[in-house]
Amino acid sequence: MTDLIVGLYNYWIVIILMMVGFYIVMSRQNLVKSLIGLNIFQTSVFILYITLGKVTGGTAPILEKGFKLYSNPLPHVLILTAIVVGVSTTALGLALVVRIKEAYGTIEENEINRMDNES
Amino acid sequence: MLAHLPVLQVILPLIAAPVCILLRRATLVWLFATIVCVLTFAISVVLLVQVMGGEPIRYELGNWVAPWGIVYVVDSVSALILVIVSGIAAVAMPFALRSAASEIEPDRLYLFYTMYLLCLAGLLGIAITGDAFNLFVFLEISSLSSYTLISLGRNRKALHAAFQYLVMGTIGATLYLIGIGLLYALTGTLNMADLGVRLAPLLDSRITLAAFGFIVVGLGLKLAMFPLHLWLPNAYTHSPSVVSVFLAGTATKVSLYALLRILYDVFGVRFDFEQQPMSALFAIVAVAGLVICSLVAMYQQNVKRILAFSSVAQIGYMLLGVAFATAAGLQASLLHIFNHALLKSGLFLAVGCLVLRTGSSQLANLSGIAREMPWTMAAFVVCGLSLIGVPATAGFISKWYLVSAAIEKGWWPFAALIVATSLLAVIYIWRVIEVAYFRPASDRPAGSPPATEAPLSMLVPTWIIAAANIWFGLDASAPAAITARAAKALMGAGG
Repeated sequence: MTDLIVGLYNYWIVIILMMVGFYIVMSRQNLVKSLIGLNIFQTSVFILYITLGKVTGGTAPILEKGFKLYSNPLPHVLILTAIVVGVSTTALGLALVVRIKEAYGTIEENEINRMDNES
Repeated sequence: MLAHLPVLQVILPLIAAPVCILLRRATLVWLFATIVCVLTFAISVVLLVQVMGGEPIRYELGNWVAPWGIVYVVDSVSALILVIVSGIAAVAMPFALRSAASEIEPDRLYLFYTMYLLCLAGLLGIAITGDAFNLFVFLEISSLSSYTLISLGRNRKALHAAFQYLVMGTIGATLYLIGIGLLYALTGTLNMADLGVRLAPLLDSRITLAAFGFIVVGLGLKLAMFPLHLWLPNAYTHSPSVVSVFLAGTATKVSLYALLRILYDVFGVRFDFEQQPMSALFAIVAVAGLVICSLVAMYQQNVKRILAFSSVAQIGYMLLGVAFATAAGLQASLLHIFNHALLKSGLFLAVGCLVLRTGSSQLANLSGIAREMPWTMAAFVVCGLSLIGVPATAGFISKWYLVSAAIEKGWWPFAALIVATSLLAVIYIWRVIEVAYFRPASDRPAGSPPATEAPLSMLVPTWIIAAANIWFGLDASAPAAITARAAKALMGAGG
């Protein structure tokens, strides 16, 4: 039992963060909150990759005299790429939110839907 | 030079995009973008000819040997998609000169062309790459630029549509990323061919199943598979006309190609259709999308919205072909990818001409427009007949192959369903034609400007695509040969 929860704690953190982020996106009212939920969702995936890359007893993946076992550097590289993608998405999303606020006067999802359906 | 064509295919539009930011003047940017698009199309045709005449091309980036380096693979499937994407992009460019100038603010036009070229580079990258993570990167490049392109629409609803697409698209891409991460953890490689080899003994693992689920749903969001299509109608309706032309003909199809690549090259036919119920799942999703979206399309008041729902329905046909799990069904799907790109772009091109002259795509504004814009409406009729699947048009060829594949499999109800939903398409196309040809011009709302025929720069691309519909309806030997080879290759015979 402890093995299941404590031994796999990194996966539990990933799952909790993923579901929290996803729930925030789905139950959105405020557009900025949706974007934050999206960010949390993406962060959980980054944590998944990086914890998968850790080798037990391995040190940071930087060549150094005296160390034989290194953690896998490839997930770090993949996640750097994914972080950049996530940052661009957030930047674009926030730019859209600014324009939406200018055009609609509100950033609440239900208000915007109401205004869209009226016109 | 010839040896480096695979990488040039992607690098050319990718580097041309920031150059567009340096050239501010609208006509200069348009000229530059057109030259780039035509060159890109030429490269894709050369690649297709090379592949059909010989072996698939494998290009290792930076001379790093696979599976440690990223490999670009051009085989018959990828070459077909490359030609479709770059062809639509090239044909839409002369159209964009007048259309984009009328719908996008003049001081933002150079940004529009930048995003257009970036989207093109991203879509071409998805089609040509042989590395699963590289596919994610290009998927996001094309998606982010399409969100921007859609938000350039005149109406403020375009902003909300772009935001909804952003949220749903990012969730889709992130789910795909999770799937790839799980596969990497399981096998230690990201190269698609290598994944296929290493995954073969591990297909019973629960990790494989989880990865499969994540990837199918993630890419399903991107390709607007039935319940995950909610972003598409708003996105296609409110975006600028050129953007609708480009995205409707390419974006969802490239995502479908990515799904097919992963399904067949990474997981393999046995896993998909014997261990997992993908046949049943795709069939249910396809039929639901076909029937429901065709029905919804009949009740819309905006021509672009009708065509958007029709697009979701047509994707249902493509998924149905995949659900048959035979080479014939897969060939029908690939043929429909090609033909649908032609006919949907043609329809949106005609609608773009209408929007230029009347200022709106609402049905009420188009009463009697056929008298003033005969050539435009004739192109719409030709592409509409292709959508319905009338013989002598491209749409008929793919429907014929689909029905043959259904009968070969013995699934008679599906063959009947394909014919029945084509009749539904008649209804919603007829609605537009009826309003345009048989209503008096006085039915238009007061204050509508008098319309004249569309300018030649927009009419010629529209008719090029409409003529292509008829050409490939009369002589489908080239697409049939390419897709037959592509289907065999995907199902596992190489090539």
